Amino acid sequence: MLELAAIAKQFDDRAGVSHRALDGVSLSVGEHEIVALVGTSGCGKSTLLRIVAGLEAPSRGRVTIRGRPVTGPSPEVGMVFQEPRLMPWLSVRENVRLALLDLPRDEQERRIDAVLAQVGLSRFADALPRQLSGGMAQRAAIARALVRRPSVLLLDEPFSALDSFTRMKLQDHLLDLWAGARFTLIFVTHDVEEAVILADRVVVMRHPGRVQRELPVALPRPRRRSGAEVQALKEEIVRELDLT
Amino acid sequence: MSESTTIVRRRRFVGAFGSVPRALRAGRGLLLPLALLVLWRLLSGEIVPAHLLPSPGAVLEELVELARRGELLGHLGASAGRVALGFALGVLAATLLGALAGASRLARELLDPTVQALKAVPSLAWVPLFILWFGIFETSKVLLIAVGVFFPVYLNLMTGILSVDRKLVEVGRINRLSRLAIIRRILVPATLPSYLVGLRAGLALGWMFVIAAELMGASEGLGFLMVDGQMTGRPAIIIGALVLFAVAGKLSDALLERLSRRLLRWQDSFGAAEAGHA
Repeated sequence: MLELAAIAKQFDDRAGVSHRALDGVSLSVGEHEIVALVGTSGCGKSTLLRIVAGLEAPSRGRVTIRGRPVTGPSPEVGMVFQEPRLMPWLSVRENVRLALLDLPRDEQERRIDAVLAQVGLSRFADALPRQLSGGMAQRAAIARALVRRPSVLLLDEPFSALDSFTRMKLQDHLLDLWAGARFTLIFVTHDVEEAVILADRVVVMRHPGRVQRELPVALPRPRRRSGAEVQALKEEIVRELDLT
Repeated sequence: MSESTTIVRRRRFVGAFGSVPRALRAGRGLLLPLALLVLWRLLSGEIVPAHLLPSPGAVLEELVELARRGELLGHLGASAGRVALGFALGVLAATLLGALAGASRLARELLDPTVQALKAVPSLAWVPLFILWFGIFETSKVLLIAVGVFFPVYLNLMTGILSVDRKLVEVGRINRLSRLAIIRRILVPATLPSYLVGLRAGLALGWMFVIAAELMGASEGLGFLMVDGQMTGRPAIIIGALVLFAVAGKLSDALLERLSRRLLRWQDSFGAAEAGHA
């Protein structure tokens, strides 16, 4: 449902020197599939995600979702960043509303209530971001990305700033949300275990912006973090990363 | 979801350093003025001759006498009116130009070097020119105050806009907010803290410049009162006017501070946490 065709991206830095962030990445993601992008820092994973989100245009190549080219941000695609990026002056409810401004007011309220219940933040609808813990703030950000019921959800290292206990809970929570709404999920991570626990397929990228290898994760869910297959896959991915 | 039940209480934690009853806290700020008053009383007439430093009682008497004749409110009103008008004009101009320079790179490149150069001119240096252009009456006074107010407001607004977190603006983009909606819902609230600091600095300068404006010639106002006291050899009047300036400046600043606190309740800063317990 999501096609990346030979995506390339070049940046000019302030000195006018051209840098290659992505060098012909092609990727085909199926309906309801979960894809993890892993790779060393600076290999272009985040740039790829930003291009799919429509925040940046590729220098070459094109992105299509269900056959329609991506030309800019659209309600079809939700995005969660590494930081929650909540407006500190708005309550959780009003932060989520930012994704719904073009809808009628009663529709906004209905959707906000529903999505906050889904992420378990109903009681904190009127709390300000500074009153939230890191995990709660990131769940509010996920609510803001999901409230539009996108067919594609993009997450850019969404749990990397959280402690490992909160991270595991949010990973499970994300799978619950995915099982309920069945969106296509693409996420960038540095955490190999996170990739194996969540994804149907792990895409290993290498510098400068190419796909090194794709590894299918054909394990039934829920996956046990300490399970032998999970460990074996983790080791294989780490080996692959060492080659990059 | 046990995590969701533990809302973080950072405010209480920080506030614990200063949890003193409200009345006592308000009183603390008066301790130093009271001590100065006592010192003043001790010095006056004993160590320093009364014709240089009249006693607090003499100053109060002079002020009461002025009030009884109905002149005190007139002088206070004249100065406050000039500050208010000059402040309004200065803030208006600074808000327009500061917003322009903050929002548009082109406008900033065209505008900012000139504004910065004008800022380097000591504001009192405008006095002769303003008198030449606008005469010695209200216009030149109000404009001088407006000039003083302009620079801190302009500077704080512009740098405030420039330092808005690009990541928050991106949230607006990904949610397809229009340019106007991004300004109204993200840029304006994010710039507000810095803008309010500019307003307070501007107001302080406004009070500073009203004196300068009134010293250059006026028939009423606190500055006139001081000149009058000097000419007629009445130090109690000079000191009385000084005290009135301090009180008026402090009161108007307290209004702005209150407004800031109300508008910035969302801030997660040490100061905000303390204020929450004041």
